[in-house]
Amino acid sequence: MEILHSLLDGFGVALQPINLAWCFVGVFLGTVIGVLPGLGPPATIAMLLPLTFHMNPAGAMIMLAGIYYGAKYGGSTTSILLNVPGESASVVTCLDGYQMARKGRAGPALGIAAIASFIAGTFGVVGLMLVAPPLAKMSLAFSSPEYFALMVLGLAMVVLLSGSSLVKALLAMLVGLWIATMGTDLFSATSRFTFGRMELLGGVDFVVVAIGVFAIAEVMSNMEPREGGTMLPVPRGLRNLLPTWQDMKDCRFAFVNGSVLGFLIGVLPGAGSTIASFLSYGVEKAVSRHPERFGNGAIEGVAAPEGANNSETGGALVPLLTLGIPGSGTTAILLAALILWGFKPGPMLIEDSPQLFWGLVASMYIGNVMLLVLNLPLVPAFAQLLKLPPYAMYPLILGVSIVGVYSDSSSVFALVLLAVFGLLGYLMRKLDYPAAPLVLGLVLGKPMELALRQSLMMSQGDLGILTARPISATILAFAAIMLLLPLFRRVNRWRVQAVEQEA
Amino acid sequence: MQRLLRSGDFWSGLVLCALGVYIVTEAQGWSYGGPDGPGPGFFPLWYGVAMIALSLTLVLRTMLARRAPRTVAWPEVRRALACWIVVMIAVASMKLIGFMLSFALLTWFIVAIMFHRSHALALVLGIGGALVFQGVFDMALGVSLPLGFGL
Repeated sequence: MEILHSLLDGFGVALQPINLAWCFVGVFLGTVIGVLPGLGPPATIAMLLPLTFHMNPAGAMIMLAGIYYGAKYGGSTTSILLNVPGESASVVTCLDGYQMARKGRAGPALGIAAIASFIAGTFGVVGLMLVAPPLAKMSLAFSSPEYFALMVLGLAMVVLLSGSSLVKALLAMLVGLWIATMGTDLFSATSRFTFGRMELLGGVDFVVVAIGVFAIAEVMSNMEPREGGTMLPVPRGLRNLLPTWQDMKDCRFAFVNGSVLGFLIGVLPGAGSTIASFLSYGVEKAVSRHPERFGNGAIEGVAAPEGANNSETGGALVPLLTLGIPGSGTTAILLAALILWGFKPGPMLIEDSPQLFWGLVASMYIGNVMLLVLNLPLVPAFAQLLKLPPYAMYPLILGVSIVGVYSDSSSVFALVLLAVFGLLGYLMRKLDYPAAPLVLGLVLGKPMELALRQSLMMSQGDLGILTARPISATILAFAAIMLLLPLFRRVNRWRVQAVEQEA
Repeated sequence: MQRLLRSGDFWSGLVLCALGVYIVTEAQGWSYGGPDGPGPGFFPLWYGVAMIALSLTLVLRTMLARRAPRTVAWPEVRRALACWIVVMIAVASMKLIGFMLSFALLTWFIVAIMFHRSHALALVLGIGGALVFQGVFDMALGVSLPLGFGL
């Protein structure tokens, strides 16, 4: 009852005309970047983050979250029509979606992708609404050692599932921790790793690193010569996009499978929507009476992964909003956004800022409806975006990145840092170092050091405090297991396979 | 040996090892701990040590690998690096020549040089883009962009 009351209050926030407009802007932009291969949600959210500093935080969060889940709707369009995933979560949709399109069933493939996304996306929001408040209450008992352990677990999960080489993922995370410790130490006022530059006394701005590593590096990667695909014809008219009754019946289990699995995977830090979509595809194929149809245009092979990658969004927001632990590069940027707007993501967020939390939850219900309406009849219009010449798009991305950083700092030094982090992000891509652990290390570095030092102050320097408390000991043991898992060949083979599919 | 020297893992491992050594050296100059708990050198010292250990693992693993290490296709990288250098020049010169001119030149470079489109199109996109950015951000959103000559 309390949840329903809070949700109604949330609708009061989300239905304000300005917030409705931001929700629409977010889901529309999300669909656009989902359709465009090569520009992902983390890059877009990072680029737009500085522009939200003057906005009402609830409206800004509604818009950024809209980009996050909207991109997952749009990602299926290129997978189905071009055999090129618009973003990593839609990789598996290519398998059956493109085959359906080749057999002249592009319309039902696009339609079922939108319907599955809507059903599972809504399920994910229901899950978020039901799970987050009790989890937040439970975590009120957490103190510094438990928070430190949780952050270690979050980093361990992301490291485990971010790169085919665990060593490289760990090194990327350590570089993130190093960047996080640049600036003045808050306990002792000692300046660390500032290279004698006044500009670095306040630390390195997260926005600069995120835009550099994601957006600038993305543009640089796209400068390399590559071949484009051939787009299959886009069906026109709503009637041609609607799946048949038999299609819907065939997808009954896929809707449930995608919704439940996607949400559960989302709650785990590090797993992400790509793994959710692959797992749900695997489950769908395993339980199917005709597994041989998979890969040859089975409609369930589109519905299950598309559902899972949308339901995952709701799950991924659970640890972010209740514990302040992001599970991916995109949620790390959302966490940084919340901190920059003056919120304290963690157990008290729902209590202290109910308008933000419940407004966001309500906006996600609305956003999912908007996306269904946008994606069914407007698919042909969105598909036209694929004709946008890259030489017009890249200067636009660079311009928004440069102006975004400059508007936040008014400093040319920050722009030079932006270019430096762009180069770092590009080299990381070329050398197969994953970016997500770096960004997570950067976001969690400061609170992690704070939690560790507070824990050790509580115990007068005894590290045993981390293992003496049952919750932190359990979480740390779980994190250690996560990092030791790759030692088992079979597990590591599965891990590498999952990571390579994502890449 | 020749193959090893072309390996990205080998060189990146060495660079990260050097970074780890730098972090540990710097951290030793700060207090490790005291009666009030851990000092500013505590956290960097430990992740610096971890960085050295992991980067050396990467280097050794690359050296001992039976398979030839994966090398980077450097010719592909040239275009990307050319673009990066121009971005760097554009941002570094922004205070001097202003946002509009530096952005127009950056766009011209990408359109005309990187994508081999006509200079006319490059100039139209460059000038048009610069005007749109100046109009939207400076005039509509109140974000003051550099005008040039230090202003």
